[in-house]
Amino acid sequence: MKHEIFETNVIVLALAIVVTISIGGLVQIVPLYTMEQTFEKVEGMRPYSPLEQAGRNIYIREGCYTCHSQQIRPFRDEVERYGHYSLAAESMYDHPFQWGSKRTGPDLARVGGKYSNAWHAEHMIDPRAVVPESVMPHYPFLAEKELNFDDASAHLKTLAMVGVPYSEEQIAKAVEDFTVQAQGEDGEGDVDAFLARYPKAAIGDFDGNPEKITELDALISYLQMLGTLVDFTKFKPELARR
Amino acid sequence: MAQVEKDALTGTDTTGHEWDGIKELNTPLPKWWIYTFYACILWAVGYWIAYPAWPTLSGYTKGVLGYSSRGDLDNQMKMVAESRSGWMGKFEAASVEDIAKDKELLTYAMAGGKFIFNENCAPCHGSGGQGAKGYPVLADDDWIWGGKLADIEQTVRLGARGIHEDTRISDMPKYGKDELLETAEIKAVADYVMSLSGQGQASDDGKVIFEENCAACHGEDGKGLQEVGGPNLTDGIWLYDGSAEGVLAQINNPKHGVMPSWEGRLDNASIKQVTVYVHSLGGGM
Ligand code: HEC
Ligand code: HEC
Ligand code: HEC
Repeated sequence: MKHEIFETNVIVLALAIVVTISIGGLVQIVPLYTMEQTFEKVEGMRPYSPLEQAGRNIYIREGCYTCHSQQIRPFRDEVERYGHYSLAAESMYDHPFQWGSKRTGPDLARVGGKYSNAWHAEHMIDPRAVVPESVMPHYPFLAEKELNFDDASAHLKTLAMVGVPYSEEQIAKAVEDFTVQAQGEDGEGDVDAFLARYPKAAIGDFDGNPEKITELDALISYLQMLGTLVDFTKFKPELARR
Repeated sequence: MAQVEKDALTGTDTTGHEWDGIKELNTPLPKWWIYTFYACILWAVGYWIAYPAWPTLSGYTKGVLGYSSRGDLDNQMKMVAESRSGWMGKFEAASVEDIAKDKELLTYAMAGGKFIFNENCAPCHGSGGQGAKGYPVLADDDWIWGGKLADIEQTVRLGARGIHEDTRISDMPKYGKDELLETAEIKAVADYVMSLSGQGQASDDGKVIFEENCAACHGEDGKGLQEVGGPNLTDGIWLYDGSAEGVLAQINNPKHGVMPSWEGRLDNASIKQVTVYVHSLGGGM
């Protein structure tokens, strides 16, 4: 019996396991880095603004992904309900991605622009105030908790280390961009310069309380940009078939 | 070294492995299982040939059937569009007024419009258009921006204070916060506004202040001006808080509702269907 050597020698067995798994891994993973089709060629994708990124962190912290997916699959019923199917390119700067696997609530991949900031604020504070039959938990504390964003630059720098193309300027201005986005036209900041760094970002006071920048501001700024970046008028589906 | 022998008790061969005197029986998998397993392997090979399967360094094997899930969706959507094209073409060509007059189109629009409304509009306007604080009732004939079919279509398309570049917009000045009026003047005009809907008495001052400051948007008589989205203040139907404090707060530092712009998010035919549906809720005006 040829496999006696594996059965009687634990080191040989371990090595054989490593070799076998590596082959499987290499065949599946390496081509993703070399294949042209991994990311569709699209226009409009940009890294998250510091405020959106903070909102994203809250989304992950609160476990919104346990009830919400962010992935519209290429099926008729999903496309007719939620809009264009999600592209790989749309989660290209996600660390980690929020595709999710459970839909207790609706998919959020294209929720950006669907509702007003005021609606989101009401809905997060008390979902049943606007959707009486909702089973979503309420998150009123987000509206009270002031956001600490001294470390915004460090966040962007860390993301840059794993490949998100933040520019030096974006990293340097991270703390400033926080306030510019959350105060919008009512603030002192240079909104145009901010929008040049982060095109299409929603600006302004999000949670209805301009006095302070809360976790709710960040979360809503994130929700309002979901699925809005890619310019689908310039997208050629024939080139992104798979 | 391996010594295969027959186990005396069961009559089965051993594998010849022996650990501390314990011998292992050789009980092979049943034949049906083995052949099913081989058949699955063969099936997999067939699958590799027929469907996209193996990654290569610059792409992947496309498979002889040329299948792709996104391509499949494209084809399916084309078929759907074709089967609907008769209807959709009519919706594309017809104005909302034509749709409302054509019995067949109307039936179709009402069914489609109801579905679109529940998915997109109900979270704000309520499932029957009954509204909520800050979100206008669509099931009455009190309209901020107009209740004719064309007005409704316009509001849905462009939104109010939405992201469309031609969105309907009208911002009430912050009379208190920006100190445009004195506290006493604000009180007087608030009393006047209350009196418009038959609540309490107002001074003449209030009326004058109203005519000078508010009539441009709410009309001389306070019955609203749909061109500038100034709501009717006389009918006792309130978008916000209709109590004396609520009206004061609105004059001091007004709230402004945002109605999203739906052009681009919903296609033309859907916008027309939902318009006809909404019009039917309010009886139109
Ligand atoms: C227990 C499951 C659950 C959790 C956890 C949850 N939601 Fe929801 N969510 C729902 C359900 C159900 C709905 C649909 C009813 C409604 O609109 O409230 C919903 C609706 C929504 C909507 C409106 C979507 C649409 O298109 O109408 C948004 C936005 C949303 N949730 C955001 C969040 C965020 C952000 C979090 C995390 C802070 C979160 N949800 C956590 C269940 C959940
Ligand atoms: C985010 C919440 C929200 C959603 C979603 C929404 N609306 Fe609105 N809608 C509003 C608000 C707020 C107003 C009032 C605008 C104003 O105050 O000028 C409004 C106003 C309107 C008006 C004008 C009412 C009037 O009195 O003139 C119509 C018609 C309307 N909405 C239809 C729709 C339709 C149809 C949809 C779905 C396709 C929809 N709305 C989705 C918030 C919403
Ligand atoms: C530039 C136009 C404009 C002017 C001037 C204006 N308003 Fe308004 N007003 C509005 C609009 C628009 C709304 C509705 C806000 C919305 O749709 O969210 C509104 C809403 C209100 C409401 C709340 C109505 C409700 O249904 O809850 C009151 C009360 C009101 N205005 C009073 C006044 C008074 C009093 C003045 C003058 C001192 C005034 N407004 C001047 C545009 C104006």
